[in-house]
Amino acid sequence: MKKKILIYTLLILASLTFLYPFYWMVVASLAPESEIGNLTFLPSDFSFNSYTQMFSKIPIGKAFFNSIITATITTAGVITFCSMVGYALAKMEFRGRQAIFYIIIFTMTLPFQITLIPNYITMVKLGLVDTYAALIIPFMLNAFAILMFRQAFMTIPQALIDAARIDGCSEIRIIFQVLFPNIIPTIVTVGILSFMNSWNEVLWPLIVIRDESLMTMPQMVTLFSVGGRSESQLGVKLAAAVVLALPIMIAYGFFQKYFIQSMASSGIKE
Amino acid sequence: MKRKWLPYILVSPYILHFIVFVAFPVLFSLVLTFHKWNIISPMEYTGFSNYTKMFNDRMFWKSLVNTFKFLIIHIPLQIIISLALAEFLNQNIKLKGFFRAAFFLPVIVSGVVVTILWQQLFGYDSGLFNRMLVAIGLGKVGWLIDPNIAMGSIALMATWKNVGLYVILFLVGLQTVPPHYYEAASIEGASHWQKFRKITLPMINPTIFMVVILSTIGGFSLFIEPYIMTGGGPLSSTMSSVLYVYKQAFEYFHMGYSVTLGFFFAMLILAVVVIQKKYIERGED
Repeated sequence: MKKKILIYTLLILASLTFLYPFYWMVVASLAPESEIGNLTFLPSDFSFNSYTQMFSKIPIGKAFFNSIITATITTAGVITFCSMVGYALAKMEFRGRQAIFYIIIFTMTLPFQITLIPNYITMVKLGLVDTYAALIIPFMLNAFAILMFRQAFMTIPQALIDAARIDGCSEIRIIFQVLFPNIIPTIVTVGILSFMNSWNEVLWPLIVIRDESLMTMPQMVTLFSVGGRSESQLGVKLAAAVVLALPIMIAYGFFQKYFIQSMASSGIKE
Repeated sequence: MKRKWLPYILVSPYILHFIVFVAFPVLFSLVLTFHKWNIISPMEYTGFSNYTKMFNDRMFWKSLVNTFKFLIIHIPLQIIISLALAEFLNQNIKLKGFFRAAFFLPVIVSGVVVTILWQQLFGYDSGLFNRMLVAIGLGKVGWLIDPNIAMGSIALMATWKNVGLYVILFLVGLQTVPPHYYEAASIEGASHWQKFRKITLPMINPTIFMVVILSTIGGFSLFIEPYIMTGGGPLSSTMSSVLYVYKQAFEYFHMGYSVTLGFFFAMLILAVVVIQKKYIERGED
């Protein structure tokens, strides 16, 4: 019994350690600027002053729109293209299949530090700097998603595919109409990871986007925070951070289980 | 006839992507390491000078030392905390889902948010940590302004951000231990600590290995944390390898040198991961 109480105490303390800073961030963003420095639980007064100031200083609405566009198209691309590749690797016989599989494994272990600057140069040479394409195309395919789809398709009985072929289905229709309903958990996992990675990515946008009207949210919030425009006001910085965190936190609130499963599976894969 | 070509059509987007974004950049990197280039004027062949420059560059060594400092704090902290929390969650307790979700929250939130938030918590005059220290009668700590401490502070923050993920991974690992192992050990009169040492630890070795590898890669990938919090300072004490690559490319426009650094860091990561893998596999026997 004593041991149980100790464990609960430690677990509650640990949860507070993870939750309280977020609580503080939200409350501080709603507090008057002068009170942030000694705020612990509640300010004397709530105000949206930090938010109205932040909205007037940076086009955060446009950045939100850019992030949504980027993350949505990237995710759709990953699901479409990686499932096609995964299907070919799992269910089709062709020369070079093994070679492609090894290439995928190789790509997965390759640290990004080696491709970062050359990829920027490619973007410059293709004239893609300051376009949505620069934010989307490099992330439209990834080795991890292909392997996830390959694994999912491998578990599907060949008889299902053969039956669809006899019915005259094209392979494309087999993948997207016959097989997709059978691999929903994989699609959800890949979808969550792609969307989250794209949404949270900040180094690449900092490199390929200079035009403010094309910046993604994390990039804009970062530049706002390190640049002069926040005028060292804590409140507006925290308000920007809250606006950046909110969409993913809300999604997490609804699909918590899927988020945890997806992230755990990406860790185990490495 | 159509069937024969179809698999190639299906994999073609990947092949194209691989050529443009993996194969070409890797080969081009190698070429660029022998050149001086500011991206505008023509490339200039300079032989091994980027490499000699690198090995004589104090900032390059500094960034390696900083990464090492980060890892030496981050990895043990990460393993101990996440393993302990996973052990607690693995007991028969209520609200397991809530605890798990709470620990996991920082994992899904953007690093930008976490960094901006912790920058305030680390504040010298009115940051929450220093206010707590003063309240219990201790002195203030220069979390981000003391060159001896700043990297440790970033390691602390990174641990807070990632622990939730590793709790889940350890939990998966712990659940693979067959319960009758513990029962048998209890009958033999083994203590908690003995059970942990002799049963749990060997069984979750693969998970520990994974955490070490992922944290190492994470340490070499630090960018946004120093970029927002310190700009690499004070006195370059938080200059990370990726931040240095970034600065060389986009502040000084030394593309050839920046690529040399990136190339070297990538090789170093691969080497470290391979060595860790060898070492841990040997430990398992």
